Amino acid sequence: MRRVVITGQGTINALGQNVPDTLDAMREGRCGITELELRDVDRLSIKIGGQVKNYDPEALFNRQQIALYDRFTQFTLIAAHQALDGCGLSFAGELATRSGVVLGTAGGGVNTWDENYRSVYEEGKNRVHPFVVPKLMNNAAASHVSMEWNLKGPSFSVATACASSNHAMGLAFQLIRGGAADVMVTGGSEAMLSFGGIKAWEGLRVMSKDACRPFSANRNGMVQGEGAAVFVFEEYEHARKRGAQILAEVVGFAMTSDAADIVMPSKQGAARTIAGALKDARLNPQDVCYINAHGTGTAANDKVECAAVADAFGHHADDLMISSTKSMHGHLIGGTGAVELLACIMALRDGIIAPTIGYEEPDPECALDVVPNVAREAVVEACLSNAFAFGGFNAVIALRRAP
Amino acid sequence: MADSVKDKVIAIIAEQAVLEPGDVTLDATLADLGIDSLGLVESIFAIEEAFDIQVPFNANEPDQSDFDISSVAAIIAAVEGLVAEQTGG
Repeated sequence: MRRVVITGQGTINALGQNVPDTLDAMREGRCGITELELRDVDRLSIKIGGQVKNYDPEALFNRQQIALYDRFTQFTLIAAHQALDGCGLSFAGELATRSGVVLGTAGGGVNTWDENYRSVYEEGKNRVHPFVVPKLMNNAAASHVSMEWNLKGPSFSVATACASSNHAMGLAFQLIRGGAADVMVTGGSEAMLSFGGIKAWEGLRVMSKDACRPFSANRNGMVQGEGAAVFVFEEYEHARKRGAQILAEVVGFAMTSDAADIVMPSKQGAARTIAGALKDARLNPQDVCYINAHGTGTAANDKVECAAVADAFGHHADDLMISSTKSMHGHLIGGTGAVELLACIMALRDGIIAPTIGYEEPDPECALDVVPNVAREAVVEACLSNAFAFGGFNAVIALRRAP
Repeated sequence: MADSVKDKVIAIIAEQAVLEPGDVTLDATLADLGIDSLGLVESIFAIEEAFDIQVPFNANEPDQSDFDISSVAAIIAAVEGLVAEQTGG
């Protein structure tokens, strides 16, 4: 069977505008959640988020590009440049047709929707910029990546709310393993921190006004984040022959549907997905030493997720570590699984487990080793990354140390 | 005015529970009436819209909220309090 490895990574998020800065922050347990800076923030009841600060798009993109690149596309291209520029691949001829891009985003060009609705509804304008549609569409980021790097193989975007990136990366993995492609650029992006994007989330009454404290008994909700992470997935022999630096191996993926509730998570669904990813990866439960949790910091998710891990792993659940880095970078919605995969790769490569920060009180319903507040060293052979989306769609990825 | 708050809140809860207002008793809990967490969030939204008030409620910690949702009577009392605050007594 064809094997799949990761040969490039890039990111921009509230913790850092590249991979080393992001991993430093995770290692130090630093919080990237701050007071939001955006228009009409005084009319929001939620005023915090994992916002990318000190960011000047005009320094990175020209006027024509900005006319076409929504913030989520900008984030994607920044992360993609980091992932691809140093990875030694150039996409021409046969390799171009054997390479594609699949990216997750839940909302796509939310800021573009927001700004242009304001313009026509609030300001009463009757005309919008000609590129509003190609700027806001969910596949805009993936399309711009394909054009920038000449990727002519299977390419599309995936929108499954909070599981978008895990679905995207899982499909990229399957496309290479199944023989449809040799290289896939994958990951995800989200830029939903606009007035309308936050107002919509406020309505659900699941947001915290002060902090994201996953698994802590006093947790009081999720905190939104923004940003992107992009990876290069490559067929193992292809990477080996060209002497590529291999960051980790992608060994398994499973996706399921709860077919139950539009917002409440399901223990059975989550457990079934975790077990499915282990089986797909041919891993025994005891091979897994770390799980990057979905860990949103809501009452419902965290207890259901812990129960699902206990179900899927049995006694071994007490021996593994599970942490939620959302406590630091916030919930990037459709981009979250991509940024969280960075923590998985750090665990495998550097033997450092990113902590769950903001942890204050043990919750008997989350009685696992959640790596509270301080990063830990450990030798990790294999790990999982969980994503359980609104709508009951679950996606779990399994990684292993580079061969 | 107290009666109108009570009637309006009962009407909102009844609509959410798909019951006649006469079937919503004051000592009933929302669970008794078959209203789940989504129904609760929708009811609170309807109450905010009807009375033009802000209801302090976080679905993650319903018990710790200042807004008592333990029964229909408790919800009515809480809404009356918020409406009184809003109008300055």
